[in-house]
Amino acid sequence: MMQPRDLLRSRPEGLYCPPGDFFIDPVRPVDRALVTHGHADHARAGHGSVLATRETLDIMGLRYGEDFAGTTQEAALGETVAIDGVRVTFHPAGHVLGSAQIAVEAGGTRIVASGDYKRSTDPTCAAFEPVPCDVFITEATFALPVFIHSNAEEEIGHLLTSVRRFPERTHIVGAYALGKAQRVIALLRKAGYNETVFIHGALVKLCAYYESVGVSLGPLQPATVEEDGAAPPAGAIVVAPPAATDDRWSRRFADPLSCFASGWMRIRQRARQRGIELPLIISDHADWGELTDTIRETGAAEVWVTHGREEALVRWCELNGIAAKPLHIAGYEDEAE
Amino acid sequence: MERFAELLDRLVLTPARNGKLLLLTDYFATVPDPDRGYGLAALTGGLDFPAVKPAMLRTLTTERVDPVLFAYSYDYVGDLAETVSLIWPADGGTEAPALSEVVERLSHASRSDAPAVMARLLDQLSPSGRFAAIKLATGGLRVGVSARLTKQALAEFGGVEVQEIEELWHGLTAPYTDLFAWLDGKGPKPENAAQAPFRPVMLAHPAAEADFSALDPEAYAAEWKWDGIRVQAVAEGGVRRLYSRTGDDISGAFPDLVEAMDFDAALDGELLVGDPRLKTGTFSDLQQRLNRKTVSRAMLADYPVFMRCYDLLLLGQRDARTLPYAERRPQLAAFLAELPDDRFDLSPEIPFASWQELDDKRCNPPHPVIEGVMLKRKDSPYLPGRPKGPWFKWKRDPFTVDALLMYAQRGHGKRSSFYSDYTFGVWSGPTEDPVLVPVGKAYFGFTDEELRQIDKYVRDNTVERFGPVRAVRADLSHGLVLEIAFEGLNRSTRHKSGIAMRFPRISRLRWDKPAHEADRIETLEAMLPAG
Repeated sequence: MMQPRDLLRSRPEGLYCPPGDFFIDPVRPVDRALVTHGHADHARAGHGSVLATRETLDIMGLRYGEDFAGTTQEAALGETVAIDGVRVTFHPAGHVLGSAQIAVEAGGTRIVASGDYKRSTDPTCAAFEPVPCDVFITEATFALPVFIHSNAEEEIGHLLTSVRRFPERTHIVGAYALGKAQRVIALLRKAGYNETVFIHGALVKLCAYYESVGVSLGPLQPATVEEDGAAPPAGAIVVAPPAATDDRWSRRFADPLSCFASGWMRIRQRARQRGIELPLIISDHADWGELTDTIRETGAAEVWVTHGREEALVRWCELNGIAAKPLHIAGYEDEAE
Repeated sequence: MERFAELLDRLVLTPARNGKLLLLTDYFATVPDPDRGYGLAALTGGLDFPAVKPAMLRTLTTERVDPVLFAYSYDYVGDLAETVSLIWPADGGTEAPALSEVVERLSHASRSDAPAVMARLLDQLSPSGRFAAIKLATGGLRVGVSARLTKQALAEFGGVEVQEIEELWHGLTAPYTDLFAWLDGKGPKPENAAQAPFRPVMLAHPAAEADFSALDPEAYAAEWKWDGIRVQAVAEGGVRRLYSRTGDDISGAFPDLVEAMDFDAALDGELLVGDPRLKTGTFSDLQQRLNRKTVSRAMLADYPVFMRCYDLLLLGQRDARTLPYAERRPQLAAFLAELPDDRFDLSPEIPFASWQELDDKRCNPPHPVIEGVMLKRKDSPYLPGRPKGPWFKWKRDPFTVDALLMYAQRGHGKRSSFYSDYTFGVWSGPTEDPVLVPVGKAYFGFTDEELRQIDKYVRDNTVERFGPVRAVRADLSHGLVLEIAFEGLNRSTRHKSGIAMRFPRISRLRWDKPAHEADRIETLEAMLPAG
């Protein structure tokens, strides 16, 4: 059996597979990259070749332009491709549209690099599938037992209650442009909200792309139109990237009520520091329960923990008799979501 | 309980006063008795469960959760109640107890069974419910809502004056069913059952609103405005209470004064530190005695309090409030003559013949603890609230200092897109190579237009960012000079400069003034009270 560290190891560029000579989610330009999903810290431009799901390739094209890599190759979920004798299979990760875990197998050893993932339901992407493996590489964004995400439908319920209670105020929901924003809109539709949702310019292309692959988002309108200056009516819901909600951009709206859809909103002080009036605990990352359940489900004898609160998850593995170590890869945003 | 927990969660994050009022009135309108009454009691500090202590919660938790994971989590979250509420290994359930049930169980818990009672509650509640229960049990909700604001919300909910609520308050007990019946319009106004109740105080308008040319100096009496806190001392039928200006019972913190209240009357006056025959202490001395539940013997000896009285509300059985000031005043003087002179004295009147003469005296007060003058119409009865005309406060002009903007922090609510909270400093150290030392923080005093200008300045001159805070360029050749107005200075060991400013605000933007001409720390040090 091949030693796990001979199959995958961390290098300054990212997670590297020596026999296959490729990187997974490299943070610097490399010859051959396998990319788990389209968030900017995992999917960078300038690689020689990129292997990723159709959606991830499309998203990278939207963000960086069609020439974001020398060549691209589509990875179909569940289909195995061989790279210099290393068997590589993409499996859904449930994080955002197109997100995948990457199973790497050679010499009788299988390692699953899960990228970012979650287990709760998301109408905008395929659900996570646990893949049995010898080594499971897990993220640790919310790896503390205090992080228990709420039910996302209930959180959307709080938003709609607030819109009813403060009908004169514009509710500006901070949500990451890729994934979270579309999930929030899809959840609003699921809850029966049929009004036009106003979106920040940074969301327009991505929302249109989601629509084009069959994720229905209902009536959308740009929140700001330069020519006629028509602002959304009071009481409207505006979805924008988190940085825009409390910046100058938001001044044009009627008495804005600042909301933020993120797993960080579980901690009151976090919400307070950001000046968030209505925190929505909606996360695209696994919470503590999902992380520990998933580790058990994979049956992995060894766990490598990356970006986030590694020490707590390593501690949990120790308490549960699973070998674990932190995998220090620089460059991922462990605070972002 | 979940409804109360949600209220606390929303209040913590709602910066605007009107938003808080709306959340509170909504709570009173939609939550049934007796829960809303217990919610009211919790918000006004009327519940106390001495059997539950923070250390106990920590022990309960680490019996259930790995102590190392608990330590990592506590370290990250930073608040014990919140950490415990989130990490507690239970989902809550469908049988979550109501707030009244939680209060009932906590109030019957003895020191020995409190851990079991608390653990069972935490098992049955959701994370938000657990947070609320812990805050409730350990006291101190800290949700940015004062008892006064809660009473204001009650008044708005019931469509009555807040003074009516304050007047009744001390005769009422949780869960306030009679009070809510009255506010709902379904019952009579509760009788004031309290002994020695609070009487709503009479407040003054700023003199800036007065047109002195239209006022006859003959019609007014003047006295010094002392820099203490407004109190009301009531003793009736053997019951003695000392109230704050909003009707909070603060007797417990001032046993030395209460002991001397051997009379049947209600007095209005200023609480000060010192001995009225010898020395009147500063506000900073008085602060040693404020916001304490108990006072040590040493505190009583070092910072004795006394009351400088300026009005008489009740004498024996007789309500004096209907009498004109000119009649109340001699009765007050005669009454005070019989009281111990180390604890009570009469606030002296200032003789004056013209507004100009009074203004001169106002600008040159005979004592450092005077912050201005009060004007009282001689023919006016004692009226609750802030009636326009009979009383004016004419404050001494504020102190000012020219300081440099050093840091700016994002505001909240409507101002969340602006850098609106400013830390400012003055020069210190050698004159040829001075350094800036921060001396205070201000977040008002400017117009909306000025706010936009400062915001732009901050964004254009940022040298470093720390989360919501930006460090702004400030050196000898570059910086924004702010004229800061303030009411006084205290010595402080908590601030690097050794100085704490009272009530600082921005009075002018000195775009014209070069950075190196901002004031030096010595200018402020010279303004400090002696001692």
